[in-house]
Amino acid sequence: MSGAVVALEHVSTAFHGHVIHEDISLTVNRKDILGLVGGSGSGKTTLMREMVGLMQPTSGRVRLFGAPLDALPDARLAALRNRCGVLFQAGALFSALTVFENIAFPLREVRTIDQSFIRDLVYMKLALVGLDSRVAVRLPAELSGGMIKRVALARALALEPELLFLDEPTSGLDAVTAETFVDSIASLQSELGFTVVVVTHDLDLVHDLCSQLAILADRRLVAHGPPQEVMRSAHPFVQSLRTSIRGQRVFGAMSYP
Amino acid sequence: MRTGKTLEGQDTITGHAGFAHERRTGEDIVVLTGYWTLRGLGDRIPALARALKPYAARSEVHWDLTRLAAVDSVGALVLRRIHHEQRPAHWAIRPEHAALFRRWYGVEIPAQPPRRLPPLPLQVATRYARGALDQSRAVITLIGQFVLDTGAILRDPIHAPWADISATIYESGARALGITALVGSLVGIVMSYLSALELRAFGAPSYIVNILGISILRELGPLLAAILVAGRSGSAMTAELGVMSVTEELDALAAMGVSRSMRLVLPKIVALAIVVPLLVAWTDIIGLTAGMITAHLILGVGIKDFLLSIPGSVPVINPVLGLIKGVVFGVVIAVVASHFGLRVKPNTQSLAEETTNSVVTSITMMIFVDAMFAIAFRSVGLP
Repeated sequence: MSGAVVALEHVSTAFHGHVIHEDISLTVNRKDILGLVGGSGSGKTTLMREMVGLMQPTSGRVRLFGAPLDALPDARLAALRNRCGVLFQAGALFSALTVFENIAFPLREVRTIDQSFIRDLVYMKLALVGLDSRVAVRLPAELSGGMIKRVALARALALEPELLFLDEPTSGLDAVTAETFVDSIASLQSELGFTVVVVTHDLDLVHDLCSQLAILADRRLVAHGPPQEVMRSAHPFVQSLRTSIRGQRVFGAMSYP
Repeated sequence: MRTGKTLEGQDTITGHAGFAHERRTGEDIVVLTGYWTLRGLGDRIPALARALKPYAARSEVHWDLTRLAAVDSVGALVLRRIHHEQRPAHWAIRPEHAALFRRWYGVEIPAQPPRRLPPLPLQVATRYARGALDQSRAVITLIGQFVLDTGAILRDPIHAPWADISATIYESGARALGITALVGSLVGIVMSYLSALELRAFGAPSYIVNILGISILRELGPLLAAILVAGRSGSAMTAELGVMSVTEELDALAAMGVSRSMRLVLPKIVALAIVVPLLVAWTDIIGLTAGMITAHLILGVGIKDFLLSIPGSVPVINPVLGLIKGVVFGVVIAVVASHFGLRVKPNTQSLAEETTNSVVTSITMMIFVDAMFAIAFRSVGLP
């Protein structure tokens, strides 16, 4: 499909003979918010790393904005990555740089934006993710978990990505912080119109944010589609998800045949 | 109909940002075209700003933003600057851009927080003094805790961290045999070769035994072995403790009620106190052997003669002194490495700094201690 932002074509992954994915095919279309859900160790994060090109699948092919990642020269790959933003699970902020420098870093790499502009953009991004400007001079070690996620989001958004990857964006956040975090991602997405791939096992997040849901279980993609449809799947993992207490609470209003 | 000027290269296929000036029914209309995005704007922000300034100064100009192919927050910020932070009086935007422009024109850009002033010289001096005081207190605490832990072990030897000690002995000792042998033999060869040239001139080749024996056994063997251990194991120990503090493993240990000085510091000190003298002996033997073979090849000193004359020309206190120095060096390396490892703050720069500090300090300390030994034992074991 030419309109697909990310396309996985028969992707399989194995580490030292241990198979993680088998024949996974999946496309993410423009402005989709895809939730990638699966049990612990089902290779969600690995799949995401393969989409960004940080890892190569053992077989199969990943296309990012239509370009096959395995056959790209480094310069093209870097240009493609430039169009993606990644929010890593633990934030992955540069620990030796202040919050300001962390967000300014990707902007400085562009080399076409002048200093005063970078300054304004950084403070705007901070405001965008709901952080006070006084945070800018702090080091990552002096931030709380929720603040680290917000700064990391601001950094991931710095280059105006067309595609945003979120790895467990709500893990380690309290319920209220998680909710406002998800809300701000949702409103930013509707304003800026980027595509989102979110790896999670937070069912509340899936319910509130995702327009598409892909479920990984038993090394395969067992269901893919709009959340309401996917949750009707008969696969045992989806069933257990649906019948879990949290599943009941989040998706309880749905009626199942 | 189009009458105004256009910036070149504004076509939307290549994705550049541009604009066009139109006149319709007596009104000036500025039409923004193309991609007003980070990538679309590229390096043309100053040019666009200059070109649009005159229009922004006139409030009757209409701004048509409906033909933008795309706009993002960089584009919105550029426009906001062109418009002097004010929304133009007349503008047309697409509904899907409304939220974006509302946000970017509505938001106040926060003022930059005041910079931290550079410290005064007196403040710097007091900071250094406090740092030095702090460090010496930390070292003394570390050593004191080690003494207490040793006492605890002597009372209850079964619960000593024998496995950690043994692992450190293997890691810092057994695995250092290759490199110490290589360095020892090279230094033995060089010493022997250089002395041989001089001794041949004096016609006293048999003195090679005294020269090699005393210099290697007393000075070079201990110092070389210890410097290698400081570089190999001292840095590794600092980095290990540093990463453990970054990943909160130290706190995890404390939360389990395990003493970090007992589990992490004591094994390092005990293991290095055992292993460095052993490495010293090993370096001595290899260095002396290499020197002996070189002397045999260059000066023709017989291997058997060389070996037999060692006891007579090198007093036994020399190798013993070397071994004692090895014990002290081992303790110095372990204490310094642990001290700096526990000082690492949770960032990459601090880890790099403290690891460097650890190696530099332990090598400097060892040479200092070596000089003390040389002075204290100046009348012992020398002919």
